[in-house]
Amino acid sequence: MSQLSQKHLLGIKDITRKDIELIFETASNFKEVINRPIKKVPSLRDITIANVFFENSTRTRLSFELAEKRLSADVVNFSSSTSSVKKGETLLDTVNNILAMKVDMVVMRHSSPGAPHFLSRNIEANIVNAGDGTHEHPTQALLDTFSIQEKCGHLEGLKVAIIGDILHSRVAISNILALKKLGAEVMVCGPITLLPKNITLLGVRVELDVQKALNWCDVANILRIQLERQQIKYFPSLREYSLYYGINKKLLESLNKEITIMHPGPINRGVELNSDVADSEHSIILDQVENGVAVRMAVLYLLAGVN
Amino acid sequence: MSTKRKLILDSNLLEITVSRLCHQLLEVHENFENTVILGLQPRGIFLAQMIHTRLESEVGKKINLGFLDTTFYRDDFRRRQTPAKANTTKVDFIIESKNVVVIDDVLFTGRSVRAALDAMMAFGRPNKVELLVLMDRKYTRDLPIAADYVGKEVNTIESQRVLVELEAQGFKKNKIWLINTEN
Repeated sequence: MSQLSQKHLLGIKDITRKDIELIFETASNFKEVINRPIKKVPSLRDITIANVFFENSTRTRLSFELAEKRLSADVVNFSSSTSSVKKGETLLDTVNNILAMKVDMVVMRHSSPGAPHFLSRNIEANIVNAGDGTHEHPTQALLDTFSIQEKCGHLEGLKVAIIGDILHSRVAISNILALKKLGAEVMVCGPITLLPKNITLLGVRVELDVQKALNWCDVANILRIQLERQQIKYFPSLREYSLYYGINKKLLESLNKEITIMHPGPINRGVELNSDVADSEHSIILDQVENGVAVRMAVLYLLAGVN
Repeated sequence: MSTKRKLILDSNLLEITVSRLCHQLLEVHENFENTVILGLQPRGIFLAQMIHTRLESEVGKKINLGFLDTTFYRDDFRRRQTPAKANTTKVDFIIESKNVVVIDDVLFTGRSVRAALDAMMAFGRPNKVELLVLMDRKYTRDLPIAADYVGKEVNTIESQRVLVELEAQGFKKNKIWLINTEN
């Protein structure tokens, strides 16, 4: 089977393990492509893709745009800050107007959970969720798991700890779903106020002590403290957070094994992650970024092929 | 629907054919100083490996062999029922100013070769490109493409299929079949 089971990529929840494996296989082929002297293939030359971003983004948007251009698609960009959304246009109207210009695919980021799901029920084009509020961020989870597989060789039975602001993180949810589908064991770790109430229903372990979490895991995915989403105080101060949950070289050296460190970016250096770890040989943060383009190329390519 | 198959090349004959193709290549490229071989994924790589092994032992030195996947360069993407599955491309050398021998098992419409020519250009501008195929299906071309070295020519119609079974692919014996599919 060389086709995805879904027409859209709305979340990891909706796709199967087979889909993920097909995406990985295609992504490793694209990774070879983007390391060639000429990094472009003509696969999507008859496709137009709109990047519709209702929320700020640097990495994801750049990564998607590069992926689209490397596949030879035509690309239009839209950001809400410079558009008629400010004049009161609805989401459906905005996107329908974009589609009237004959767009085949929409890559969308929105601050409301479920916005891409709503769109997928109302329009024809393929939708790729590039992050919807605190819900899902499927391509980030795919590139994270792809990077882990590349580094460790397998995911089955691997122990992965997700550390930090789990409550506000779409990356955490998508990662948990993807890791569980691929057979890894998952632990979440953070201050109790930043852990969702019923997180264990997703089949994950919960740990409050970061040292214990690091001692347990093979891979630690460190998440950013999302101050922009926190309406109340969840912990006394950033300094205190860093003291209890910040990952630094000393902490890693106190473990009796070597672990791999990941971060989806942007890093708050000195808060959740210290520079002596972020730039060390344990970190695969920049590999994640490189793999991001390859994985997104695979997703766009495969979705375009679904009838 | 009934399927009839006819053996068009058996193990012994294939041996002779491949050996002839190798000698034809040696005639033109002599010691393969400036020539590289590219096998097309997914099935051309087995023939390419067979030919490569023989040539290396004839010439007595290393010859560059690469595998080229043309999936992302195909012109029928989104026009087929399911997208073709990609395979590994492995070209560890530059083909800039090199003579390239592209190898595939069956030449049919010529569209794979067209895609291969495009795919190859991502690795540089070759000096000269030649095409070697084991089976050339005559009168079925969609594009003006011809092979420079041909194992065997067969007259076929569109509904027929040429099936290449090689030991390297896991088959018991090297055999090439012509398959008739009648509706």
